[in-house]
Amino acid sequence: MSDTIEAAPPSRLDERVGRKSPLARLFARPEAGALAGAIVIYVFFFAVAPSFRNANSFSSVLYVSSTYGLMVAPVALLMIGGEFDLSAGVAVTSSALCASLFAFEFTTNVWVGVLVALGLSLTIGFINGWIVVKTGIPSFLVTLGTFFMLQGINLALTQTITNQVASPSISDMQGFSSAQKVFASSFTVGGVNIRTSIIYWIVVTAIATWILLRTRVGNWIFSVGGSAPSARAVGVPVGRMKIGLFMAVGLLAWFVGMITLFQFNTIQSGQGIGNEFIYIISAVVGGCLLTGGYGSAVGAAIGALIFGMVNQGIIYAGWDPDWFKFFLGALLLGAILLNTLIRRRAEAHR
Amino acid sequence: MTSTLENENRTAAPLVRLTRAGKHYGTIIALSDITLEVSAGEVTCVLGDNGAGKSTLIKIIAGLHQPSEGTYEVEGTPVAFGSPREALERGIATVYQDLAVCPLMPVWRNFFLGNEKRKGLRLDIPFMRKTCKDELLAMGIDLRDVEQPIGTLSGGERQCVAISRAVYFGAKVLILDEPTAALGVKQSGVVLKYIIQARERGLGVIFITHNPHHAYPVGDRFLLLNRGRSIGYYEKDQVTRDELTGLMAGGSELEELSHELEAAGGSAAAAAAELEEDAEELGTASHQPHTGNSPA
Repeated sequence: MSDTIEAAPPSRLDERVGRKSPLARLFARPEAGALAGAIVIYVFFFAVAPSFRNANSFSSVLYVSSTYGLMVAPVALLMIGGEFDLSAGVAVTSSALCASLFAFEFTTNVWVGVLVALGLSLTIGFINGWIVVKTGIPSFLVTLGTFFMLQGINLALTQTITNQVASPSISDMQGFSSAQKVFASSFTVGGVNIRTSIIYWIVVTAIATWILLRTRVGNWIFSVGGSAPSARAVGVPVGRMKIGLFMAVGLLAWFVGMITLFQFNTIQSGQGIGNEFIYIISAVVGGCLLTGGYGSAVGAAIGALIFGMVNQGIIYAGWDPDWFKFFLGALLLGAILLNTLIRRRAEAHR
Repeated sequence: MTSTLENENRTAAPLVRLTRAGKHYGTIIALSDITLEVSAGEVTCVLGDNGAGKSTLIKIIAGLHQPSEGTYEVEGTPVAFGSPREALERGIATVYQDLAVCPLMPVWRNFFLGNEKRKGLRLDIPFMRKTCKDELLAMGIDLRDVEQPIGTLSGGERQCVAISRAVYFGAKVLILDEPTAALGVKQSGVVLKYIIQARERGLGVIFITHNPHHAYPVGDRFLLLNRGRSIGYYEKDQVTRDELTGLMAGGSELEELSHELEAAGGSAAAAAAELEEDAEELGTASHQPHTGNSPA
C-alpha cells in the first residue's frame, strides 16, 4: 500500500536536499529572530503606550538605542570572533572620565583630553586582547578582572582628584563647543529632533556589516570564532585578529564615552556598570552565537533597538522601570533558545 | 607512463625529504630517527596505530613544529618553517583530520579562507563562489549551493573540499591526515580516487592512515611507525599487502591480546581464539612460529 508513496521526487533538483520555502530561508538568517522580536515589541508598545506613537519620542527611543548600538556593533564582532568583553560598559565611563579630568586638571583644550582618552581606550582594548591571546585564559575571566579594575579606578580616581563622585563640568572650556558639535549635536527634520549619534550608529553598523561580509578581515573574524585552530592552520593571524577586535571595542567605547560626555558636560564615575550585559544580550538577541563563529552586525543593531524600545516603552507606558530587567532576562533566554535551534540545524548531518 | 615519470624524478631532488628527523617535547620523545621522502607523482603512506607519532610527523612537515633533530629538505634545500603559512608558500599543504574548516561558514568562504581573492579592499565574491563551485565540480562534487555551511556536508564531501582547496592553491605536496578514518567504505573509496587523481596531476602525496587496506592500493612507499620510531620503510615492490597488515597489526601484539582475552574467560575466550587465528595468518610476515592453539 505504501508502495505508491515512493514516487520519484521531482527531477533536476538534487533528491537529497528538500526544498526550502522563502520564509524558511529568511529564518535561516542570523538576524531573523531579532527582526521578528523587534516588530512584535514595536507593535506592542505602539498599542499600549500612546506617547510611543509620537515621532519625537520615537526619536529618543532611537537615541537610547544608539548609545547601546554603537557599542553593540564592536561587541558583536568580538563575539563572532569568539571572545567576550565584560569591561566594555565601564570602559565607556573610563574614557569619558579620562577626557574630562585630563582636560580639566591640566587646563588644556578639551580636544587634548579627547585624544588622551582615545589612547587610553585603545590601550585597555589592547591589554584585554593581549592577555587573552598570550595566556589562553577565557576572555570572560580576563575582562571580568579588567571590569572590576576599571570600575575601581573610575570611582577612586574621580574621588581622589575631584573629591566628588562625578567629573566637573567642562562646558566652559576651550574646544568644548566644537567637540560637542562633533560628538553630541542634533538636527531637526520635519519637526522631529534627531541626535547625530543615531546617524553614527547607522554608519558604524553599516561599516561593521561591510567588514564582516565583504572583506577579508570579516572572513577571518568568522573563522577565528568558528574554529581558531582551523583558522591558524590556513594562515589566519588569529592572535592579531583577536587583539584588533578588543581594540575595536576600545575605539567605540571611547566614541560612546565622548558622546555621553559632550551630551551632559559631566560624567558620573559609577556610570556604565551593567551596560556590558546589555551589549552582550543585544548581540545574542541579534543572532550572534555565544560560542562565536556566527552572527550579524545588523542583527545586533536590531537587538540594541529592541532594548531601546523596551527601555523607553516601559517609561512611556507608565510602568515601573524595574520591569526592564525582567524583559532583559526574558529576551536573552528566548534568543538563546532560538540560536541553539539554529545552530543545531546548521551543524546537522555532520 | 608512471615509470617514466618516476625516472625523471629520480634525478631531481624529492619534493620533501626528512632525514633522521626526531622531535621531543621536554623529556618526552615523540618521534625519533625518521627518514621519509616524497617526489612529484608519488604517494608516500605513513602507517601507524594511535600514538605512533603520525601527528607529530605531520606537524613537522606542515611547519607547525620544527624537528628537534635531523634535517628537513624541500626540493633539495634545507628548511626551517616558522609557521604553516611558510610551508604553504613552498607548496606544502596539509588537509587535517579535523579538516581545518569552520562548520558554520559557507563552503566558498571555507574554500578561500586564508587565500581570499580581493578586488581592492573588497572580497571578489562572485569569482570565489564560481571558482569554488567549478573546482568542486571538477572533483565530482555537485553542490547545489556553495552558500550552505560546510558543516552540512558529509565527511567525504568535506574531505574532498579540503583536497580540492589545497590543489587549487598550488600545492605541490599534499599531506592528508587520516582522510579515510571517519568515513564509510564507499566514501573512503571516493577519497582514495582523489588521492590517485592528485598523484596523476603530478602532486606528491603524504597519506597518513592506520588502514593498510587503504594505503596499499595507492601508495608508492610505506613508512611504518610504532611508538615514535620507524619499524620499516618500503618501496611498493618490497612489500605485500599482507606483510604490511602484519607489520601494522603487530602479529605478536595480537597474540598478546588473545592471551589476555583468554584469561578473561567466557565469551572473551571465543574472541581470543579468533584473534589467535588472525595472528597466525599474519604470522608469515611477523615471523611468529605456528604454535597452534596452545600458546605454551
